[in-house]
Amino acid sequence: MSTFKPTRRAVVGGIAAATLAAPQVRAQAGPVKIGFSISKTGPNAGGANVTTLPNYQLWLKETNEAGGLKLPGGQRRPIEFVEYDDRSQSEEAVRNIERLVNQDKVDLLLPPWGTAMNLAVAPSFNRGGFPHLASTFFVERQPELVKRWTNMFLFLDRPSTAITALTDLLATLKDKGLGNTVALASVQDQFGLELVSAARAGIAKAGFQIVMDRQYPPGTQDLAPIISEAARLKPDMFLAFSYPPDTLALTEQARIGGLNPKVFYTAVGTAFPLYKQRFGANAEGVMGIGGVDVTDAKIKDYIARHNRIVGREPDRWASTTTYSTLQVLTQAIERVGIDKAAIVKDVGSQSFETILGTIKFVDNQRVDQWWVGQWQQGEFVALAPTKVGGTKAPVFPKPAWPTA
Amino acid sequence: MFLVDVILSGLILGGIYALIAMGLSLQYGVARIMNLAYGEFTIAASFLAYVLFSAAGVSPILALAVAMPLSFALNWGIYRVLMTPLVRRAKSPGALEVDSILATFGLLFVVQGILLVVFGGSYVSYSYLAVPVQIIGSTVALNRLLAAGLAVAIALALTAFLMRTRIGTAIRAVSVNPAAAPLVGIDTTAYAAFAFGLGGALVAASGVLVSMFFTFNAAMGVVFTMKALIVVIMGGVGNIFGALVAGLILGLAESLTAAFLDGGLTLAVNFALFLAILLVKPTGLFGKAAR
Amino acid sequence: MTMKPWLPPLLVLAAAAALAPLPIVAGSYWMALLVNILMYATLATAWALFSGPTHYVSLATAAFFGLGAYTMAFLGETLPLPLVYGVAALIGAVVATVVGLSTLRLSGVYFVIFTFGLAELVRQLVTWGEAKYGGTVGRFVFIDVTQQGIYWMLLGLLVVILLTGLAIQRSRLGWALRAIGEDETVARHAGIDTTVSKVAVFVVSATFMTLVGAIMAPRWTYIDPSIAFNPIISFQVLIMALLGGAARLYGPILGVVPLAILFEILQANFPNYFSILLGIAFLVIVYFVPNGIVGLIDQGRGAIVRAARRRPHPAE
Repeated sequence: MSTFKPTRRAVVGGIAAATLAAPQVRAQAGPVKIGFSISKTGPNAGGANVTTLPNYQLWLKETNEAGGLKLPGGQRRPIEFVEYDDRSQSEEAVRNIERLVNQDKVDLLLPPWGTAMNLAVAPSFNRGGFPHLASTFFVERQPELVKRWTNMFLFLDRPSTAITALTDLLATLKDKGLGNTVALASVQDQFGLELVSAARAGIAKAGFQIVMDRQYPPGTQDLAPIISEAARLKPDMFLAFSYPPDTLALTEQARIGGLNPKVFYTAVGTAFPLYKQRFGANAEGVMGIGGVDVTDAKIKDYIARHNRIVGREPDRWASTTTYSTLQVLTQAIERVGIDKAAIVKDVGSQSFETILGTIKFVDNQRVDQWWVGQWQQGEFVALAPTKVGGTKAPVFPKPAWPTA
Repeated sequence: MFLVDVILSGLILGGIYALIAMGLSLQYGVARIMNLAYGEFTIAASFLAYVLFSAAGVSPILALAVAMPLSFALNWGIYRVLMTPLVRRAKSPGALEVDSILATFGLLFVVQGILLVVFGGSYVSYSYLAVPVQIIGSTVALNRLLAAGLAVAIALALTAFLMRTRIGTAIRAVSVNPAAAPLVGIDTTAYAAFAFGLGGALVAASGVLVSMFFTFNAAMGVVFTMKALIVVIMGGVGNIFGALVAGLILGLAESLTAAFLDGGLTLAVNFALFLAILLVKPTGLFGKAAR
Repeated sequence: MTMKPWLPPLLVLAAAAALAPLPIVAGSYWMALLVNILMYATLATAWALFSGPTHYVSLATAAFFGLGAYTMAFLGETLPLPLVYGVAALIGAVVATVVGLSTLRLSGVYFVIFTFGLAELVRQLVTWGEAKYGGTVGRFVFIDVTQQGIYWMLLGLLVVILLTGLAIQRSRLGWALRAIGEDETVARHAGIDTTVSKVAVFVVSATFMTLVGAIMAPRWTYIDPSIAFNPIISFQVLIMALLGGAARLYGPILGVVPLAILFEILQANFPNYFSILLGIAFLVIVYFVPNGIVGLIDQGRGAIVRAARRRPHPAE
């Protein structure tokens, strides 16, 4: 960004100002102020910069190029962003939201990145009656939370649902020669733990046998001990509930250590373009969390636009979900205008056409979505649950790691 | 066989820890600057290696030849411009410690901020020499082995340099007694600046080497600083060989814990080990007098 | 400088009385900023109780803060709040006693990094314990404590800390601590029980930090070890106290207020250049305010005294 002036609007509205220069439709009212606090720095910056920020920028640019957000009367108002960095600290996130609401008097808020951050700001969103359309929010206690905060809408279902999709898929592979031994690895934080405890139950139910169950502290990138143990046990399935840096490290070390299970699954980061860039042909057959229907024209178009405007590809899980939250918001505004309470009501009761298909909330939660994806010939395709549609048949067994 | 796996991967990890820490050992041990911006320089070097590799196809090994002199000059300049005034005005070692903590804390934010503006916050990763190598029946990654091996080589070479050469002796004199060194005709500031620069060259080496296998982003520098601090203090301030031993102990402990105890406890065991060693030896494994 | 012994406590109370009604007039945003300032003011003042006179620089702040936050997360929904604060204080005191006794032989940078390692060890152990026995690593803190409530509690705690600090300064203990800060060996030879003195004040300081954690936890709804034991808290407290000046009881507050406001201004205006500008601001402060804000005040006071002593020039 080259605009560097000591006023907030000039800096954060840089993109908005640039695009405002040539709107096709003349704006008929002042801009809609939309605020957000996000981790531009600190440990969360990696996630926020891949999944959330690019989509906010994409949405801002596209909306304003079209003349702005469409209101019920057909008129359009441009978006103006007010953005802050929470430095990956809950305390800063809370303060940023208070500042956005009370000082900047924003019309609407967009959520931060990550479960903890969304939880930290949830009471503030709720107090102000702001619609809280969270896409990077993933905990088992969701049903209870949306009762507490009725303005909150969760675009990801629960960890146990994700696991059910995975174990159901694995169960179907039994006929095709999948054995029944599973090695588990998980990162020791809320995300990893909720997934792995659901997985233990699901795996038992599917009749598989756990031969290894290892955890590692968040931030660990040396996972050779885990991989060498797994390689020794030669399990049929290796499932890791991991974060981007460890996802890459596990894959790399599995390749080097000659761990060649029939199913190799890693969690967050598998769907990142970075994964494909780093592993190339080695990615083939690797399963991970997320997945999209790559044959869908809407998704193709989204990836192309993301590429063009942000300068890189989106990830194939939470990026698409994040973008869909913005589409939902846009459509609700088109129906009811900039009215927080009306938007909350509309989102909760209507259905929305997004790049992920039709979204309709059940008790403020989005239920039908893809949970297992797989790299197939350079694309991260959705495999399960099949009832959602748009899924492909898995490549099974996963081909052994090619060469270096 | 399994035990060989575990010990080997522990030693390699330990070597990487030592590699990360050696530059700080020089910067703090000799130049007396507690450099909290240390890890940001690691990451900066990692980015340099990444850019050279992905844009120009330059191998990280060659990138060392660019990064090390560059970082030497940069760190030498930082000492000359930013640190010398603090050294001059400090009335006691304690005062210098406080001032250097504050100043390098500022430097940390500046370097990190620049990295963020240039590279954004996204994760970066590339693959180089990620090929399996067989050692006594155990498979390890060549890039990690290389990094650990270089750590040992650098530690031994540096120790020899400090012990055997005139410059090394002068550096040790500055390290042991900065107040008395000038009395025997040693230009303390010049040697301290040299040591700080040398530490900078080492930090660049570690950044380039770990970029071959670590996934990193602009916000991760602090992780390296923390690791380096633990290793340096555990080994004894200013003792390169101590840093090597401390790094290897921590790496081994981590690997053994993961294999025989509980993978979730690896870091806990590392910190517990660090604390226990300090309780028994309050100035680290090879530290001499209390400072 | 002579000051009536009753004056400082009175000033503390008067200042607190003046600040107490603020929530009635201040909006939500200003309250958030005030709570932030108070959080760091209490932590930094508590930090300086021990580290100021003894010159032992501690990075264990996050350990105690996190213990307090976790106590609240564990017990907040089952026990009455005052009891939770009591338990938190007790846990803080017990842990601090163990730590205090174990670190006696350490000094200088070894003490600094030891306390840092300790905070990380506590964080790792809590993570592991939660994972193994708690079933999850994140904890929800659904306790209805309003922003105003947090403000008043922190303000009250700050008053207690300041009064405690004043009491310590005047007691034999305060004298002993200053002697330790000057030269520990000499202090020991002078008949001071350095062990008891150091550990006693370390425990007091840590107990206050634990309480701050317990008070702050409900504000974030959810905590996990990386939030509660965030090492940034330790570093930020250290920096703020040092910039203000840890030698005086009121010094840390003088560092916290301008720095918190600086953070706020940079954060609000330069979201993309925050780091660079903050770093530059730190560097400028280090080079141009070498002895902290307390040092500036002393300098200014010295200048006034000198000016008063100087005979006025006839032309003036």
